[in-house]
Amino acid sequence: MPGVLLRLPPEQLEHAFSAYGAAVRAKRRRIALGLLCLLAAIALAGVAGEVDLVKFAGNIDRFPNYIRNLLPQLSWANFGADVTEWFWNLDEWLKLLADTLLIAYLGTLLGAVGAFLVCFLAAANLEPRNSIRFVARRFLEFCRTVPEIVFALLFVVAFGLGAMPGVLALAIHTLGALGKLFAEVVENIDMRPVDGATATGANRVQTIHFAVLPQVASNFASYALLRFEINVRTAAVMGFVGAGGIGQELVVAIRKFYYTDVSAILLLIIATVMVIDLVTEQLRHRLIGMERRP
Amino acid sequence: MSETLREFALRDLQGLRARHRAVFTTDWRRRATLLAGLIVAVALAAYGFWRLDFSLGRLGSGLGQIAHMVSLMFPPSPGGRLPLYLQSLAETLAIALLGTLTAAVLAFPIGFLAAKNVIPNIFAHFAVRRVLDVVRGVDVLIWALIFVNVVGLGPFAGILAIAASDFGTFGKLFSEAVEAADKRPGEGVVASGGTPLQALRFALIPQVFPVIASQVLYYFESNTRSATIIGIVGAGGIGLHLAEQIRILEWDVVAFLVLMILIAVAIIDWISSRLRLAIIGRAAVVL
Repeated sequence: MPGVLLRLPPEQLEHAFSAYGAAVRAKRRRIALGLLCLLAAIALAGVAGEVDLVKFAGNIDRFPNYIRNLLPQLSWANFGADVTEWFWNLDEWLKLLADTLLIAYLGTLLGAVGAFLVCFLAAANLEPRNSIRFVARRFLEFCRTVPEIVFALLFVVAFGLGAMPGVLALAIHTLGALGKLFAEVVENIDMRPVDGATATGANRVQTIHFAVLPQVASNFASYALLRFEINVRTAAVMGFVGAGGIGQELVVAIRKFYYTDVSAILLLIIATVMVIDLVTEQLRHRLIGMERRP
Repeated sequence: MSETLREFALRDLQGLRARHRAVFTTDWRRRATLLAGLIVAVALAAYGFWRLDFSLGRLGSGLGQIAHMVSLMFPPSPGGRLPLYLQSLAETLAIALLGTLTAAVLAFPIGFLAAKNVIPNIFAHFAVRRVLDVVRGVDVLIWALIFVNVVGLGPFAGILAIAASDFGTFGKLFSEAVEAADKRPGEGVVASGGTPLQALRFALIPQVFPVIASQVLYYFESNTRSATIIGIVGAGGIGLHLAEQIRILEWDVVAFLVLMILIAVAIIDWISSRLRLAIIGRAAVVL
């Protein structure tokens, strides 16, 4: 019958409402408690972080000022000359950017080679000895937990200023990060080819070459490319601690308040990072496509 | 049967070759591409080593130095400044927490603005996305340096640096969460007479909130790591002491500080992964 609302009997209705109300109240209490904890944490953090909102509000106009200073003097009348003046040191910067890319490349390459060698020792399906697996995994963990910039600081002391400590710091961090990912890839392979190779009497290296590698190669390459993207960003700041690349120019420009230099170098870095991201994304899609093809 | 599969196969090698020709022929084109790629990669690496002044001599002496450094690191010792270091560790955690929360609060509305299903205007969507890309393209250390210039040395610059660099990431992640949300609850709210704003509150936010909360927690974890290093450029936290002790070559203190950082990061990881599980349930931990 249209137009008629069916209602529950009042006592049932009352019961349902009170149960609903209790459930909502319990949920609200839990949320309020969580919020209270969060607020307490924020207050504590505010004290520890020396946040002074009054001072902040008083100096808030510095942000737009800083950004305005970053912008170069450009005019339509002689746009070309203005841009040339903005990027006055372009040759040098491009050379440093190329160095930065080389640092990222070498760091990724060395790290990936190291990760390739270690990952088979950290994979549960190929390394039956618990002790070796434990050591390999802890080693990889150590390599990726210590920030690369800390390694760079240490290596600058040991190897001297220049790109070499930067490359080695990146390589160690990459080794840790990629080693874990590679080992996970290896753990997910189909074991039948491995059993087949073992059955024909293949030794360890032969097994990895003929049974494991064909299954994991495209994934390995894809992860390494992803890591290269990340390493380009990191290589750009390695110069902050004297480990080579464009970061050295940037840190000088920022510290000495060469505003337009800062914006020019930042633009170059952002553009490079974006181009690298696009290129590696294309490459990775092709690699994944290769894997899907039967 | 005394002979192994291998011996059997080897005896019948000619037959196997004849029967499975496709397996035994070499794909020269593929091999050539692979070889060419390898040669290019190695050549580029060789050029890089030359251009960046690598030398075996430097490597050897550096490794010797590192061995010496490591031998001086044991036993790690706080050098009598443990309270100071604990305080800056607390400062580091504060930077990570406040930076992450500030970024999340600022990025929350942006996440909706950058989502295709909330703002169908493609230009607004595109513009917001590109701005977020630029913000994300700048490393947190660069932000830290810039904010040290703007607000002076100290942890406040660190908070702003973390907030700025995560704002870009959160904006992108939140907008993806919003786009992935199921639109049917929203249609239901509108059909029962709700306004679009009510649809946002009662249909969209309950769906995206757990995702967003778990992402914020995940980034809090990763920011604890970032906050330990931004002190290197003067933006507060334990990194300042770490850089200082490395410069004055107090290796036992350096080892102590690194250990402190590793333990703090491990504890935060543990707490935050427990909280993430509590918020979104066991099934959806994959990030």
